[in-house]
Amino acid sequence: MHAVTVTPAPHSPPKSAHQWAVELVGIDKRFGPVHANKDVTLRFAPASIHGLVGENGAGKSTLMSILYGFYHADSGQILVRGREVEIKGSQDAIGLGIGMVHQHFMLVETFTVLENLLLGHEGGPLLAPAVARARREVEELERTFGLEVPLDALVADLPVGVQQRVEILKALYRGADVLILDEPTAVLSPPEVEQLFRILERLRAEGRTVVLITHKLKEIMAITDHVSVLRRGAVVAEFATAATSRQELADAMVGRKANLDVEKAPPQPGPVLLAADGVNVVDARGVTTLKNACLTVRAGEIVGVAGVAGNGQSELLEVLSGMRPFASGRVTIKGTALEPGGTYDPADARRRGVAHVPEDRLKLAVVKEFPAAQSAILGYHEEKGLARKWRLDWKRVTAKTAELMERFDVRPRDPALRTSLFSGGNQQKLVMAREMERDPDILLVGQPTRGVDIGAIAFIHKQLVALRDRGKAILLVSAELDEIMALSDRILVMCDGEIVGELSAAEATEGRIGSMMAGVAETATGSVSGEEQ
Amino acid sequence: MESYFWLLSLLDSTLRLAAPLLLAALAGFYSERAGVVDIGLEGKMLMAAFAAATTAAFTGSALAGLLAAIGASLAMALLHGFACITHRGNQVVSGVALNIVAMGLTAVLGNAWFEMGGRTPNLPAAARFGEVTLPLAETLRNVPVLGSLYYELISGHNVLVYLALVLVPVTGWIAYRTRFGLRLRAVGENPAAVDTAGISVPALRYQAVLIAGLLCGIAGAYLSTAQGAGFQNNMTAGKGYLALAALILGKWKPVPTLAACLLFAAADALQTRLQGVVMPGIGEVPVQLIEALPYLLTVLLLAGFVGKAIPPKASGRPYVKER
Repeated sequence: MHAVTVTPAPHSPPKSAHQWAVELVGIDKRFGPVHANKDVTLRFAPASIHGLVGENGAGKSTLMSILYGFYHADSGQILVRGREVEIKGSQDAIGLGIGMVHQHFMLVETFTVLENLLLGHEGGPLLAPAVARARREVEELERTFGLEVPLDALVADLPVGVQQRVEILKALYRGADVLILDEPTAVLSPPEVEQLFRILERLRAEGRTVVLITHKLKEIMAITDHVSVLRRGAVVAEFATAATSRQELADAMVGRKANLDVEKAPPQPGPVLLAADGVNVVDARGVTTLKNACLTVRAGEIVGVAGVAGNGQSELLEVLSGMRPFASGRVTIKGTALEPGGTYDPADARRRGVAHVPEDRLKLAVVKEFPAAQSAILGYHEEKGLARKWRLDWKRVTAKTAELMERFDVRPRDPALRTSLFSGGNQQKLVMAREMERDPDILLVGQPTRGVDIGAIAFIHKQLVALRDRGKAILLVSAELDEIMALSDRILVMCDGEIVGELSAAEATEGRIGSMMAGVAETATGSVSGEEQ
Repeated sequence: MESYFWLLSLLDSTLRLAAPLLLAALAGFYSERAGVVDIGLEGKMLMAAFAAATTAAFTGSALAGLLAAIGASLAMALLHGFACITHRGNQVVSGVALNIVAMGLTAVLGNAWFEMGGRTPNLPAAARFGEVTLPLAETLRNVPVLGSLYYELISGHNVLVYLALVLVPVTGWIAYRTRFGLRLRAVGENPAAVDTAGISVPALRYQAVLIAGLLCGIAGAYLSTAQGAGFQNNMTAGKGYLALAALILGKWKPVPTLAACLLFAAADALQTRLQGVVMPGIGEVPVQLIEALPYLLTVLLLAGFVGKAIPPKASGRPYVKER
């Protein structure tokens, strides 16, 4: 087992030892017909934060998986501190001082933090001496990098932000000199993002190299020193962060002028179409997951619901769409009041003109194994014109899907193609098409652009605004604050199952929403957020 | 005093009946904590029992029988590993297939070799695991209560019973105090975490599956060369499944699993003693009902009297590296 470098490495003049911490030279990788990385050359300077941006499927994760030994490059070289190396597996990468924090944490939830840190670096067949030694060394690391983590707590009991710190600590404990973070902020609230950034800066100050994979350009601008843009497997642009802008990066990512802003006219709110009054949801464990939810959505407005994932937004959507019964309170749809224990279900919701784009596309909105045409009629399969008594009219279904694909620019335009073979953005466009097609009065939308590339995001946003302008009521749940702020006319903030505040579009700032999301009482300054640009 | 000895003899046979269950349940412990569901405990035990009886019959050595049993069971375990780990097959299907193979193969081979309707010849005492009299047992025999307890209950079992009991704390120690145990438990919860730590998931799972094979081998040998004196058709009679139930009831932890095994064995021991007993108000209890007692108990207990049993998270799922 190799030693853990606890003392700050003498990195101060980085040029003296090696000019680059890691160099990837001419990396090429194919998965069957997919050319995931095309002759990629990247160099990461020591003691710096290097951003790696690109749309989904641009090859960022594949590239980093090659560096971390998960995959083998078909050709190309990897140099670590100037020396060419061969990385056959994660063990080699760890030995070379390369650590990775995956998007989905690689933690054993039933273990304590310390046991997770130990795994793979026990240093001997018995645990007791290893535990004692690890505790000393980890406490030292915690002090050096300002990473506070309760070592004896079970990982399952820790909030996501702390779990992520455990991941970082794990990499450092295994001797990481170069730390790769894959979409680290996707699961964090704005204050947690701030904390993460402070840690990354501390790492840089201690001479470590950080590679940050993200699609959030704002974060790139906020924290990185250099940024590389990948598109379709190749590096298309490299910048010093200080010398570029979000717009320039976005254009490089999509390869054309990207429209980052949503254009919309002032709202023309009409009558209340959807209302909830004191709605409570109790789950199978007996926990109240939605507490006393009260809201109204008027015709011709978009109401956004902001919050860190798992704070009751999902339950809210599920109740309103009929997927989940509510324990008490009242839901009113177009003037008809629904009581708890009624017959309201998704089919009933559709009959009443409520359409739903669920948060989890692959679990709830489509069947991955179905051809697109079948995914495109889920929930509407009994409609006249598609069904004839007890059988489906496949010709019509296919024709209808082809028409939807045309109107919503779903690519490729092939109704017979398996749903899973479409990109996330195109799957989502198909779902949006299905739900908007019936001209619903009320549209419930969860995470409309999760895993969707920039080009498709703009399209989906435009469709939502157009629906609003046709006088429909839209309730939008999203973990992306930018999206909430760009689209919503009013913003509700949820924390711990409750709607803790409401802001108009005009008064909403990232700082105010962020502190409400985190359950912090609103302060006048809103100092939590790192607003830039 | 009579009821005291009745109780002693009940507990005594509880221990005897618990030993194979315990060995098989511990086998399941290793396999399932590593994330490989092992419904094939039954088949491995059956094959091992047959191998032990056959080898002991030919060689006259119980030890040779035990080694053959372990060999046969390991071969089955390797097959299970090959299907489930190397080729990521469905673990339940593979296990069931092994059970069917074992049932058919033992019957066919037994008939072909010995022509006794699937049974193997009765083994002489030398070819079986005999009872071990612990030191001082004879001397203390007549000391009231404690002496007889020692003589009747603790002493006088075959060596495999003691082995099974010793394996409980040993397993606990391995699982919770050693590097191997940490990795074993980790790979059953989140194999991706193990993989990214630079440890081979297949190697770990193969080790776990082979340990399960070893323990099932001992359990099988126990049935045909320690408890019995030869092999009979389908002599495991569901003990592998019962062991699995005990593991679930014990929530995949060694000591509670021991408790569950003892409970099932006690129900089994009681069952033979209750036959023909007249219950007030019912009359003579039907044999069938009594024989069903251990299984009824299992169903009732598993139906929720013991709280929710949460299996290792990755249990049953083949590990595939994601992109």
